[in-house]
Amino acid sequence: MRRALNTGWAKAAAFAALSTPAVWMAWQGYRDELGPNPIEAITRGTGIWTLRVLLISLAITPARKLLGLPELIRFRRLAGLFAFFYATLHLFTYLWLDKFFAWPEIWQDVVKRRFITAGMLAFALLVPLAATSTAGWIRRLGGRRWQALHRLVYISAIAGVVHYLWLVKAGVIKPGIYAAALGVLMAWRALDWFRRRRA
Amino acid sequence: MPKQNSVSLPYSEVTPKAAYLSRRDLIKTAALPLAAFQAGAATKLSGYKKSGFSTSEKQTPYNAITTYNNYYEFGLDKDMPAVNARNFKTSPWTIRIDGEVAKEKTIDFDALMKLAPLEERVYRLRCVEGWSMVVPWIGFPLSALIKAAEPASKAKFVQFETYFDLKQMPEARYAGLPFPYIEALRMDEAMHPLTILSAGLYGETMPNQNGAPVRLVVPWKYGFKSVKSIARIRFTEKKPLTTWTIANPREYGFQANVNPEVDHPRWSQARERRIGEFGKRDTLKFNGYADQVASLYGGLDLRKNY
Repeated sequence: MRRALNTGWAKAAAFAALSTPAVWMAWQGYRDELGPNPIEAITRGTGIWTLRVLLISLAITPARKLLGLPELIRFRRLAGLFAFFYATLHLFTYLWLDKFFAWPEIWQDVVKRRFITAGMLAFALLVPLAATSTAGWIRRLGGRRWQALHRLVYISAIAGVVHYLWLVKAGVIKPGIYAAALGVLMAWRALDWFRRRRA
Repeated sequence: MPKQNSVSLPYSEVTPKAAYLSRRDLIKTAALPLAAFQAGAATKLSGYKKSGFSTSEKQTPYNAITTYNNYYEFGLDKDMPAVNARNFKTSPWTIRIDGEVAKEKTIDFDALMKLAPLEERVYRLRCVEGWSMVVPWIGFPLSALIKAAEPASKAKFVQFETYFDLKQMPEARYAGLPFPYIEALRMDEAMHPLTILSAGLYGETMPNQNGAPVRLVVPWKYGFKSVKSIARIRFTEKKPLTTWTIANPREYGFQANVNPEVDHPRWSQARERRIGEFGKRDTLKFNGYADQVASLYGGLDLRKNY
């Protein structure tokens, strides 16, 4: 198992798995199978996959330690970059297909509508993380500073879940599930931090 | 699609689609349970007149109208009602009429359909969420029912209550709304000739997911005012509290008139996406019915009364 995780094949498989939702949506769009309101379906699909992949990336560290599989670290950057990929698709769906690049209107949305504000914040915080995801940048910043910077992902994930909670009309069960999942992942980190401090 | 207007066939004489299908396909389908055909099957309607209130805009395809529904009792996602309402029992059906009326009564569906001749009304439908459709409804003016109900002079509002049965609507648990779903109109809005009770669309009886057997259609208001599957109509003196207003008073008011100038707190209402179109079109005040209804709101501040 641990050896398998270290192969290029494992990475390729992870890449394929994380691209599947996008490929599937594109295929459905091409076949006109996204339902009567395809643009809404794409907006929702890219948004929900941003959150899912972001949660996957946040689950990697707990999974490594709980399962005793340090090799899983090889997939963290991949997952993080895919989260950024889906977030970018989601943002462009909004900018283009919802607003048709009407910048004054978009700016009004960002300042007036708190769910848009939260979503924009979540995205903006991912940009420096994606930009500094390479080994070169880790070296340039130094491990400690790089790590501090990348803790921004916690705030981004919280803003992302809040964005979802604030946008639904009624029925908070689905966004509630994402909030709970993020809560568990963050609680594990808090516990882990306390444990290490005491040790 | 061409419609025959010449035949006058009362609603009660129409052969249910399930029945004629099952007769015709008796041999072919002998092995299948009959219920498979009865469930959700629509019946052809005829003998309805075309209405001068209809728009000539391109009608939204039947498939879109019947698979993209907000009917939270049958699920929160748009595609869920078409699946979950398939076995919804709409016959026998009665509507309770009570409150400020000469005599409270219960009217059954067949009697309701005899109150007035059926008409086809092709209306724009604008959802508060920012999308719209053009739907060829079949129905008759609500005013016909109100006259038959003989409301007392005290009656100022008409309240509509949607049928609710948790056994048939288990998804309602997750909707986050109090049920049964309640909506209401002022008496003058309810009596307006554009306001109809609809029992069908595209020349057939109402699909379950669209509010079978009979629903309200108020084309100049956001879709959530047009309640589905009506079980009770109550005449009241005081303004009733309506479901979305209870759930979120800041976002959903009593009036809910389509208005591009008054934003929903979380999104602009200036434009809408017509289902099937790529770009967005400008939303029209009162959903394009201003000539007919603007006079109802002469003294009303529409910004405050959203």
